[in-house]
Amino acid sequence: MTDIERLQYDVVVIGAGGAGLRAAIEARLQGKKTAIISKSLFGKAHTVMAEGGAAAAMGNANPNDNWQVHYRDTMRGGKFLNNWRMAELHAKEAPERIWELEAWGALFDRTKDGKISQRNFGGHEYPRLAHVGDRTGLELIRTCQQKIVALQQEDHKEFGDYDARLRVFAETTVTRLLKDEQGRICGAFGYIRETGKFVVFEAPAVVLATGGIGKSFKVTSNSWEYTGDGHALALLAGASLINMEFVQFHPTGMVWPPSVKGILVTESVRGDGGVLKNSDDKRFMFEYIPEVFKDKYATTEEEADGWYEDPDNNRRPPELLPRDEVARAINSEVKAGRGSPHGGVFLDIASRLKPEQIIKRLPSMHHQFKELADVDITAEPMEVGPTCHYVMGGVEVDPDTAAALVPGLFAAGEVSGGMHGSNRLGGNSLSDLLVFGRRAGLGASEYASATTVSVPESEIEAAMAEALEPYEREAGENPYTVHQELQQTMNDLVGIIRREDELEQAIEALGKLRERVQNVAVAPSAGASPKEGQGPAYHPGWHLALDLRNMMIVSECVARAALERQESRGGHTRDDYPKMSADWRKVNLVCRVRDGVVELKRQDMEPMREDLLSLFELDELQKYLTEGELPAEEKN
Amino acid sequence: MGYKAKFRVWRGDAGEGELKDYTVEVNEGEVVLDVIHRLQATEAQDLAVRWNCKAGKCGSCSAEINGRPRLMCMTRMSTFAEDETVTVTPMRTFPVIRDLVTDVSYNYEKAREVPSFDGGDVKPGEFRMQQVDVERSQEFRKCIECFLCNNTCHVIRDHEENKEHFSGPRFLMRVAELEMHPADVADRRQIAQDEFGLGYCNITKCCTEVCPEHIKITDNALIPMKERVVGRRYDPLVWLGSKIGIVKRDKETPKA
Repeated sequence: MTDIERLQYDVVVIGAGGAGLRAAIEARLQGKKTAIISKSLFGKAHTVMAEGGAAAAMGNANPNDNWQVHYRDTMRGGKFLNNWRMAELHAKEAPERIWELEAWGALFDRTKDGKISQRNFGGHEYPRLAHVGDRTGLELIRTCQQKIVALQQEDHKEFGDYDARLRVFAETTVTRLLKDEQGRICGAFGYIRETGKFVVFEAPAVVLATGGIGKSFKVTSNSWEYTGDGHALALLAGASLINMEFVQFHPTGMVWPPSVKGILVTESVRGDGGVLKNSDDKRFMFEYIPEVFKDKYATTEEEADGWYEDPDNNRRPPELLPRDEVARAINSEVKAGRGSPHGGVFLDIASRLKPEQIIKRLPSMHHQFKELADVDITAEPMEVGPTCHYVMGGVEVDPDTAAALVPGLFAAGEVSGGMHGSNRLGGNSLSDLLVFGRRAGLGASEYASATTVSVPESEIEAAMAEALEPYEREAGENPYTVHQELQQTMNDLVGIIRREDELEQAIEALGKLRERVQNVAVAPSAGASPKEGQGPAYHPGWHLALDLRNMMIVSECVARAALERQESRGGHTRDDYPKMSADWRKVNLVCRVRDGVVELKRQDMEPMREDLLSLFELDELQKYLTEGELPAEEKN
Repeated sequence: MGYKAKFRVWRGDAGEGELKDYTVEVNEGEVVLDVIHRLQATEAQDLAVRWNCKAGKCGSCSAEINGRPRLMCMTRMSTFAEDETVTVTPMRTFPVIRDLVTDVSYNYEKAREVPSFDGGDVKPGEFRMQQVDVERSQEFRKCIECFLCNNTCHVIRDHEENKEHFSGPRFLMRVAELEMHPADVADRRQIAQDEFGLGYCNITKCCTEVCPEHIKITDNALIPMKERVVGRRYDPLVWLGSKIGIVKRDKETPKA
């Protein structure tokens, strides 16, 4: 057998976005020898695309804010399907995580008295998002990146080696998690993009922080890395996924020109006063306020406009409803023939703020539209429509330690499930990354302290054979063609509005695509001859062929769970079951893979702890919970 | 609407390579990166290119288009005439790995030499800064690390020998960012000059010109940084004051 590089670590973190970097920082602070595996260059992760901010109840902009209010908003946003313990930890710990970033050098925008400024966002009762203009994700990733460098500098001082205790493996992709005879995680297998060489990480604890699955859909705000790697790795290692039917379509993606279709237009545009209009120049969101939110949103334009200045005496503008509501509303307007020329609706900030205010508060939106669409957003409205943005579903984890069901496996950030229930509030992702990234780093460190493992040779051989398959196959289909068809299928049949017959059709189509995925072939690199026991150097076709397996598995989970859940809730809208059902709220759908086949089962949710339940009024709980779940003393 | 464009793309690895001609479909509204992707999906599966966000936010797809350092995702095809040949080559200052992908590790090594933020004794949550004070460094933190500035800078573009002693506009700007950070207590002026090669910069503003984020690197970071170094090293009053002990010098921070 060829010599494959083997490296020993205590904790291996797969993914170098916000969650991965925060997990790695924590593991290193706990004294663990830690590796960060990044699919891209260090500092390029999808987190840079996050624009609006990080939600944390610091109370800087409105002193009435506290963790209980944040908790309530998060549960409402997720339509009470959230893992309540995760939502609780998140609301409680988010402020500390933000303040800590500042101690690492982050520079957030400020309030007049010098504190971190907080902005309004959909579904948040008070201005709550710590932000830097509209490039908050970049600030977060850069700060974590620079904190890692600071820790490496400490190690350099102590050991003469920057990489002594914390090393970043840039442009490295993991294709398999490795398990020992006792069924525990013992490492990870992957390839180094630059050389095509394989590498084995031997480690008792692996943290998945690989982000989302958007690249299974045609119109998406997600970058190429979002191929559901962590979701698939977890499934293939025997762990479970929950809530996979809940996919968030962000209401405002660019719709024109075609090459940028799907790219995100931040919710801050609406938080800062932007309004949605249809082709009749009508602010249509007033027509779409759902029953559960009736008393919290303004019913007239006057009241809505008054809210920006005087939030205590006016209700919120309906443009700031949770994302699922706004996305569905836009979808309906377009379907009713009241859309914009390129199949979206109009998002108008030009008539609401002065040009210099727009450039100050939304600099990257101004830049993005100017450079990519030749639209000046200070002078004309944008055209926007829904785009696949975020998956609420993910690896089933223990809320406190982020441990998955397989010993030694942990998950944090978008790849984990439960925190956001059926719909994530804007701003809750960046804080989620930090809160649960840290917890996963802690959980993994603690576990690694008590565990030693060794990697069985057979695991490595199997992983290597699998990775080389598409490259060694003589003839087969082009992976790009299969990928495009997968994206089209998911977009058309498992998109924002779903129906039983279409979902059944999707599952059938996915079955056929699965066979084709198993038969893709990769042409050898021009001018290079294949080397024994390694893949081709920097060969995008090969990379895609390997990513396809992951996108395929994840797509099947989404489609099967979407077919099973016969109700509409958050990021799952069924045309044939338009109502939310209290009975379905109690149920999580759990996906596992057995012998290569996706299996789905129903699992009851744990009832919410009583003190958390008591944070809500009874009449609100009645909208979501079954009779039997309501607080005992209030039932007559 | 669509047309066939002529593309010349550099193909090859560390050893050797050549410009290869392609004729490829272009549709309305597309950028250079779309065309490169179309090449991958049709006739050149193995064409190596780095990219992530396709929205000018991650700084991955840096290359030279008709000789000009640019992000491929932010270069619209409508800026070229339909009969114009578009030539795409890798960044010249960094060694080629394959095709359009270069080895940018120089940048990560330089990043590690800059002493990190030092907030002193302030506890998390207790920082108080005014907007006007944070804005100076915020401009530099807009940097997406595309490394086009370092690629362009003539100090290292054709002078491999200068790489050891010069951190490039990106990391001299990082020094300026930390020096202007209202809460940072370290002093990096001495090492900016002695270790990171600030003196090599002769303010030709090439870096500013290619910055896709439109950061005024030269005017707002490099020149003020040069002034700070001068103030620290050559001001006769400061020199005299420190000799006779009425001016206390900040503790100098060594290279990390």
